[in-house]
Amino acid sequence: MSTEASRAEELPPAGGWQHVRRLGGRGSLYALLIVGAVVMLLPFVWMVSASLKPQPEIFRYPNELLPREPTLAAYGDVWERIPFARFFLNSVVFAGGVTLISLFLDSLAAYALARLQFRGREVFFWIVLIVLMVPFQITLIPLFLTVFGLGWLDTFPGLIVPRATNAFGIFMLRQFFLSLPRDFDDAARIDGASEFRIYWQIALPLSLPALATLGVFHYMYNWNDLLWPLIITTTTEMRTLPAGLTLFMGSHVIEHAVLMAGATISLIPLAVAFLVAQRYFVRGVVMSGLK
Amino acid sequence: MTRAFKVHPAYLFLLPSATALLVFTVWPIAQALWISLHDWSFLSDARPFIGLGNYVELLGDDRFWNAMRVTALYTMGAVPLQIGLALAVALALNERLHGLALFRAAFFFPVISSLAIMAIVWSFLLDPNVGVIAGWMTDLGMRRIDFLGDVTLALPAIIVVGIWKNLGFSMVILLAGLQGVPREHYEAASIDGAGRWQRFRHITIPGLRHTLLFVVVISVIASLQVFDQIFVMTRGGPLFATDTLVTYLYYQGFSLFRMGYASAIATILFLLILAVSAGQLRLFRYRDVD
Repeated sequence: MSTEASRAEELPPAGGWQHVRRLGGRGSLYALLIVGAVVMLLPFVWMVSASLKPQPEIFRYPNELLPREPTLAAYGDVWERIPFARFFLNSVVFAGGVTLISLFLDSLAAYALARLQFRGREVFFWIVLIVLMVPFQITLIPLFLTVFGLGWLDTFPGLIVPRATNAFGIFMLRQFFLSLPRDFDDAARIDGASEFRIYWQIALPLSLPALATLGVFHYMYNWNDLLWPLIITTTTEMRTLPAGLTLFMGSHVIEHAVLMAGATISLIPLAVAFLVAQRYFVRGVVMSGLK
Repeated sequence: MTRAFKVHPAYLFLLPSATALLVFTVWPIAQALWISLHDWSFLSDARPFIGLGNYVELLGDDRFWNAMRVTALYTMGAVPLQIGLALAVALALNERLHGLALFRAAFFFPVISSLAIMAIVWSFLLDPNVGVIAGWMTDLGMRRIDFLGDVTLALPAIIVVGIWKNLGFSMVILLAGLQGVPREHYEAASIDGAGRWQRFRHITIPGLRHTLLFVVVISVIASLQVFDQIFVMTRGGPLFATDTLVTYLYYQGFSLFRMGYASAIATILFLLILAVSAGQLRLFRYRDVD
C-alpha cells in the first residue's frame, strides 16, 4: 500500500496558504477516518465489555460503554449454562470438514480444467460458470428434502457433503493453475509420473498461497453461516455457534454477559487468523468479488 | 491380447466435483421448479400437482407483496449508502496516510465476523433498557427509543447493521479498483489545473466504472437475499415491517412446511437475481463497445 504513494495534490510545490489548507484537509481526513473506524469497532467493544460486566451493571440504567468492575465470571459460566463446547466443536467439524474436502475436490477439478486436454472440458467449465451465479436459496428446499431422504438430517454428513465442492473454488484454482509453468509436469510426465502424482507433488505444493486464500474463504463462510446449519440441524447437540447462540438468544433463559462471552469466544479463532494473515482474508474477498 | 479399457485421467479428476455439483446444485434447481408446481407439504404424503397454483396464490398474498416491498426498501436503503461510504473510505485510504493498515483492518473487521452472532450483539446494543445507545440518548436528555420494536425504525436499524457488515467488503474491492487507475492521469490533470472534484469526476469515476458496477451488482444480489440479521434481531417484525423474501420463504418452508409454496418464492427470488445478473452482462457489453 505504501508503494501506492502520493496522489496528485502532493505534486505542486507547497505554498503558504495551500500548505495550511492541505494540512487542515489532512487533519479532517484523519478525524473522519478515526470516527468511522470507532463506529465500525463499537459493536466489538460493546460485546467484550458486556461480557465482562457483573449482572447489576448489565441492568444499570442508563447503561455505560465500559464495565466499572470487570469480571471474567461469564467466561466460566458460558460452558455450563449452554452446550457451548458442543457448539464450538460442531463449528470446527463443519467448517473444517467442508474446507478440507472442498479444497481437495475443487483443486482436482481445477487441475483437470487447467492442465489436461479432454472432450467435454468446455461443457464442464460452462456448468461451473453457470453454477457460480445460482443463489443458494433456490436449492435450499430440495437440498433439505434430499438430506432428509438420505437420513442425514441433524448429522455431520448432512451438513458437510452438500458443500463438498464449490464452483467458486474450482473457478479460482483453475485460474491459478493456468498461471503455473508447465516445465515441471512435462519433465515428470516423461519420467512416467502419473497425472495424480503430478497434481499432488508438483501442482499443489506450488499453489499453497492460492489454497490458503481459498481455505480461509471456505472456513470463514461456513464458520459464520446461519441459514444452512439452522435448517439441517434439529437438536441442540448439533447446532453450530451461529445457529446455537441465535436460538439461545431467542429463548431468553441466559444472561447477557454469558451470551456476550460466547459471542466473543466464537470470534476469537477468525480474529486471530485475521491478525496473523490479513492478506489471505482480503485477497479471498477481493477474488470472490471479482469472480 | 486386447488392450484394457482405459479412462482418460481427466474424468477421474472431475468425477467427484461433477457429481457433487450435479447432485447438490444443478439437479436441485430443477427440483425447486418442479416442487413449486405442487401442493407439497413436508407433513403430508399427498402432493398433488397444481400447475401454477402456488404462483397464483402468491399474486394474491399480501405478505408476499409486503416481503417484496420490504426487500426492495432494504436494497434501496442499504446499497447506495454502503457503496457511497465504501467509496469515500476507499478514496481516503488510497491517500498516503499514517496508520493505513490499521484503518483498513478496522473497516474490514466486520466482514470476517459472523453476521448472526454480531446481530445478537447489535440487538443488545440497541436495546432500550440495557443498551448503551439508549444510555447515551438518556445522557443527552433524549427520549430512549426501542429501535427494533418500532414499525418505522426497525427496517432502518436492520439496514444500518447490513451496511456495517458489508462496507469493508465493498471497500477492499474498490481499493483494488483504485490501484488500477493510472497515476499519470492524476498528474496530467493536476498540471492542467484540475481541482479535487474534477479529478474525482473525470478520472476516478471513469477509471472505476467496471469495479463500481460490479460492487453494485454484487451488493444488490446480496441485499435481495438478506436474512441473518433479520432472523436474529426482529424475526421479520414488528408487524412484518422487516419481513423479506428469504425470511418469508423460511417461514413458509420451515415453520409451516409448505415446501411447494416456499419453492415458488425461491423461484421468484431466483428470477429477480437472474434479471440483475443479466442486466449486468448487458451493461458490460455496452461498456465494451464504447
